[in-house]
Order: sequence, then C-alpha cells, then structure tokens
Amino acid sequence: MSEVLERPKVSESTAANPLVKMRDVGVTFVTRDRTVHAVNGVDIDLAAGEVLCILGESGSGKSVTMRALMRLLPRFARVRGTVEVAGRDVMAMDEATLQDFRGGDVAMIFQEPMTALDPVFTIGRQIAETVQRHEGVSRAAGMARALELLELVQIPSAKRRLAAYPHELSGGLRQRAMIAVALACKPKLLLADEPTTALDATVQIQVLLLLRKLQEQLGMGVIFVTHDLGVAGEIADRVAVMYAGKVVEEGPVGAMMRAPLHPYPRGLLGATVHPGMRGQRLTTIPGAPPSLETAPVSCPFMPRCAEAEPACGEAMPAPRSPEPGRMARCIKVPATQA
Amino acid sequence: MSIAPTPHADRGGPAQPLLLVQDLQKHFPIRGGLFGATVATVRAVDGVSFAVRKGETLGIVGESGCGKSTTARLLMRLLEPDSGSLVFDGEGVGQNVQTGGMSLKEYRRQVQMVFQDSYASLNPRLPIEDSIAFAPKVHGVPDAEARARARDILAAVGLAPQTFARRYPHELSGGQRQRVNIARALALHPRLVLLDEPVSALDKSVEAQVLNLLVDLKEKFGLTYVFISHDLNVVQYISDRVLVMYLGEVVEMGPVDAIYDRPAHPYTQALLASRPSMDPAKRRTEPPLTGDPPNPINPPSGCRFRTRCPMAEAVCADRRPAMAEMGGGHVAACHMAMPGSGHSKAGRLAA
Repeated sequence: MSEVLERPKVSESTAANPLVKMRDVGVTFVTRDRTVHAVNGVDIDLAAGEVLCILGESGSGKSVTMRALMRLLPRFARVRGTVEVAGRDVMAMDEATLQDFRGGDVAMIFQEPMTALDPVFTIGRQIAETVQRHEGVSRAAGMARALELLELVQIPSAKRRLAAYPHELSGGLRQRAMIAVALACKPKLLLADEPTTALDATVQIQVLLLLRKLQEQLGMGVIFVTHDLGVAGEIADRVAVMYAGKVVEEGPVGAMMRAPLHPYPRGLLGATVHPGMRGQRLTTIPGAPPSLETAPVSCPFMPRCAEAEPACGEAMPAPRSPEPGRMARCIKVPATQA
Repeated sequence: MSIAPTPHADRGGPAQPLLLVQDLQKHFPIRGGLFGATVATVRAVDGVSFAVRKGETLGIVGESGCGKSTTARLLMRLLEPDSGSLVFDGEGVGQNVQTGGMSLKEYRRQVQMVFQDSYASLNPRLPIEDSIAFAPKVHGVPDAEARARARDILAAVGLAPQTFARRYPHELSGGQRQRVNIARALALHPRLVLLDEPVSALDKSVEAQVLNLLVDLKEKFGLTYVFISHDLNVVQYISDRVLVMYLGEVVEMGPVDAIYDRPAHPYTQALLASRPSMDPAKRRTEPPLTGDPPNPINPPSGCRFRTRCPMAEAVCADRRPAMAEMGGGHVAACHMAMPGSGHSKAGRLAA
C-alpha cells in the first residue's frame, strides 16, 4: 500500500526465535469471596507471521491468557510463568517499558469496538495519538498516517471518516477503525479477542478476510481468540483448544478439523451444527465445565468424557504428540513417536 | 376461570394455518427538537405477511436491524402493531370475542415466548419453581396444582425438580437457565412457542443440548415453533420452512431445502455464502457482499437490497419487487425472479 507500512526486514537473530514464547503461564484471581484458577499452566509458541487460534468455550481461560501476554490483568490477579515476546521478557518489564511495548510491539483488538474506542475523540485523532506517542512525530504526520491506515483497512471515503466519531460509524466500520488503531505502529504481534463475534454474518466474513490479508501483507504474528470453529477454519494456521485453563490440544488447523485427537474438541466438533445435519440428533457433551475454584490436578475433562477410565483421575495427562506438530493432553492418545 | 388441563383443542383442522400474519407494520418515531416533533422514522417492520402452519418450525433469519426481533414482539403482542392483523387458528387476535375474535389474554395463553438473555428474562428474586408456576396462577390454576405442574415441566426439560426447583436463577448455568425459560414457556400448554435467538448466548456444547431438547419437546407436546436466529446453520437444522428478512421486509420464504439449495434472492445467496467454511482448504478470497446493512431509518427506494446488490438495475430503484412464486411454496421478492418485471435477467430464475 505505502512504504510507511512496509515491514522492516526481520533480522537474522530474531528469525530463529519464536515471536511469542509462553511457558507454564498460570493466572489465579483472588478476591475476598473466592479464588478462581482461570489459567493453569499454558505453553504457547508463535512463529513470526503465523496465525494461531485459541479456541474454547466461555470460562476456558482463552481471553485471560491473552491479557496475561500483554500484562493487562488487574492487580488482584496472580500471574506466574514466563512470557517472552520477540526475545524480551514481558513479566520483567516496568510500567514505562510496558507502555512502549503495548501498541508498539503488540497491539490488541477487542470484541466491542464501541467500548474499546474513545467516544469523545474522532477516529483520526485516536489513530494519530498512537502514532505520535510511539514514534514522536508531529500531529500532522500522525494524521497523514491515520488516513493511510483507514485506506489500508478499506474504509470507504477515508478522508471524511477521519473526522467521524465512533458512534457515527456502523459496526463493521467501527471494527475496521479499531484494527487501524491497532496497526498504527506496525506491531509484530496482533492479539484479536473475538473481533468478529458481534458482527453480522455478511460483515464478519469481510472483517475476517481483511485481517487475513493485512496479516499476510504486514507479516504479523496473530493470536486470535474465538469460540467459533468456523472462524478458526477461515483464518488459522494452527489451533490451540483450551479447556479449564489448559491447552488440551494443539495442531495445524486442517488436521484438527478433520480428526481431533482429544475427546473434548471431538465433542465440540460433533456438537457444532453443520449444514446437512437436518433430522440427525446432535451429539452433545454432557454436563458443564468445572468451576475452577480449585486448580485441576487430573484431567479436567474426565467428568464429561465418554472414554474416561480410572487412570484419567490420577494425574494431569502429559502432552503427547502422535505426529509432528500435533499435541494432545489425553492418555488415550498414542505416545510420542521417535 | 380455570385453565383446561389438556392442551388446547385444534379448531380449524390441519389445513388451516395456526397463525396467519397479514401486512404487519411497525414504525418507531424518532423524536427530537424543542417540542419533541417526529424527525425521522425507523421502519423496523414494513408490511410483513406469512403463515405458520400447524406442527411446523418456521425459521426467521436476517442480520441485526432487519426486524426479526421486532416481528417476534409483534407476534407476541408485546408491541402494538401500527397496522396489520394476526389470525390465530381462524380467530382474529385482539378482536371482539362475540364476532369470532380472541382476547389477548386467551391468545397469550396459547402463544409463549423464549428470549435470548436467559438471565434478564427470569425474576432474580423468585426460585425457578415459582417463576414457572407464576403464569398458570395468573390464569387461575390453584397454587398447589401450579407448583406440581412446574415440577413436572422441570423434569421434562431435564432439570431434576428435587435438586433445582428451589434454586434462584443466579445459581444456574446459562444452559440450565435457558431450560427454565423453556419450561416457563411450556407451563401454560401453549400451541405456539416463539423462540427469539434461544441458543445464541450459549456455548456450542450446551447449544446442542438445548437444540435436542427443543426437538424432543416439540414431538412430546405437539408444539409449533417460530425460531428466530442469525445462525444459518442452526436455522437449517431446526426449521421446516425458512423466512429471510432484510431491512424490515421479507425477501424470500420457502421450504428449508429450497432456500438452502436454490436460494433465489441475491441477498439470501450472499448470506449463505458468508458462512465460514469449516474446511481450511476451501477458504474464500472475496467477501460475497461489501458494506454493512443500511440504516432502517431511511431505507433505499424500490428494492431495499439494491444498494448492496451486484445485479441491481434501474428498475430496482423504481419499483418495490413483488413476491414471485418459484414453485412449491418458495417465494422471492426480486425483480429477477418475476418474468416481465423489466430487469434484464427477469424470469431466468423462475422454476
């Protein structure tokens, strides 16, 4: 589109390292009333330019994992583990470093653009502010970049929309404006927390295709949180399925969609209504997810699993990898092959 | 003033539609200015007509702002329509009982509704048993009998009464609360149940449980459903006939297979093509439609879809398309489906 948005070439030293490396990340919310073990030891790797979908139901810890990556959690959250983004230790950053890191290296887009954008500033101002803050350029240069960005996210009559307030835009345009704010400083990593869930079907597909195009054009790594298998199928390279604060399965999207290894994603796939299922009975997963008031010590899916056996209740299943690039935490999955 | 213990008797026979909706219209005025004058009108539902047959599930799909929820509220008479009429099994709803009409109270006994937000639609201060027994008591059922019936219905929706009857809504999960809402809707033995996005707020594994339950209950109690959703896959799964709405109007209606296999209206085609494919090998590269649905405050002239339609021609701006019959009860409001409409592709779609 323009040379402003071309990415600098990835230097040799960072190319070998993954963009994101999360190890044994855990998040516990402690309040006076109760304790919730939202995330219980998550390992995530993301290569530069890769799209990872974190798939899970509400309460599975997928959004909390993302917020931990950006250190956006409230003070009463106890976070453990290590998080590295582009070789930098996020957990060791102080407040000033974090402010440069957020919006500069990592940007995030949210489900509700109306609450994520500031209602009293124009779209142009909000984008320019980010650019001015991170790159120290003038206000005029910031506005020029804002116009380029609005064109990049395919907002029609971009020049006029610079002066628009968020409430003057439709849902789809607002979501595009939020993507423009996130891309303002060419982040290496984009975190997307259900950005299309609130959109209509015909607009959702437009935003998904836009995100995929921008990701390819800018070479960003993307972590995309969703509960919708169809959305994952449309955008992901790899999928990580979360359940009760654990990644229970991870692998390339094609293989995962064809034949999941773990019984939970298998059940999820069976419970999702596909075209052409009329008259058939839907398979369901009985029961409901665990409450997470105590951290799970054995397989958290065992109470709902049709294939459970006594051994499942003894310990947390170790990750097993029956083929390269795939992982599942289930004792029924064949062990690692040499 | 006691309610019949058995389901309401069928009056008109199977051929008579259970609910006939004729030319329903609801406009919301937007007031502004110093004296609160009407400055604009939201044309939420604009001349909608359809029939709900006995024992079928009619699915209503459309994007936000297309008027599907307003339609549901008009059907329930939670909103007063500006014009149009409802005929329930041959009796005019809200008309004089002496002249063959049906009172609103009687109508609402036979038509019940389930809402999307399972928490907001239950009274947080009432144990769920009391919530379910409330409506029968209003309609004159003695307290003990209403409670007994509430417990029976709780069991029917898969919640053990001894465990759940005295619980409050906040003590239940989303899926359980939606079961309670369904139970409450069934407490009056209705003949028609309006389901407004009943599974949209639920997780996938719970959604499947509730859909299975709805199918079972329909069989068991001989119900008729109007199922409103934005999820095309769910509507295809549960519906016998489907109605597609766009900006307050019906654009296409027909048997589920006809709509999904041979969509005639360009909007229906685009809507179906917008579904994400579950297969990463079949990813699309171009979106089927650009832009958002226009504002229902000032809908486009003629065909309301023409501003986003790839096939739009001059005739589409001039005249509102009439419903064209495609055979087998499949109708579409598109100039291309109507021979002789003046569109260059007119008549090619007709069966």
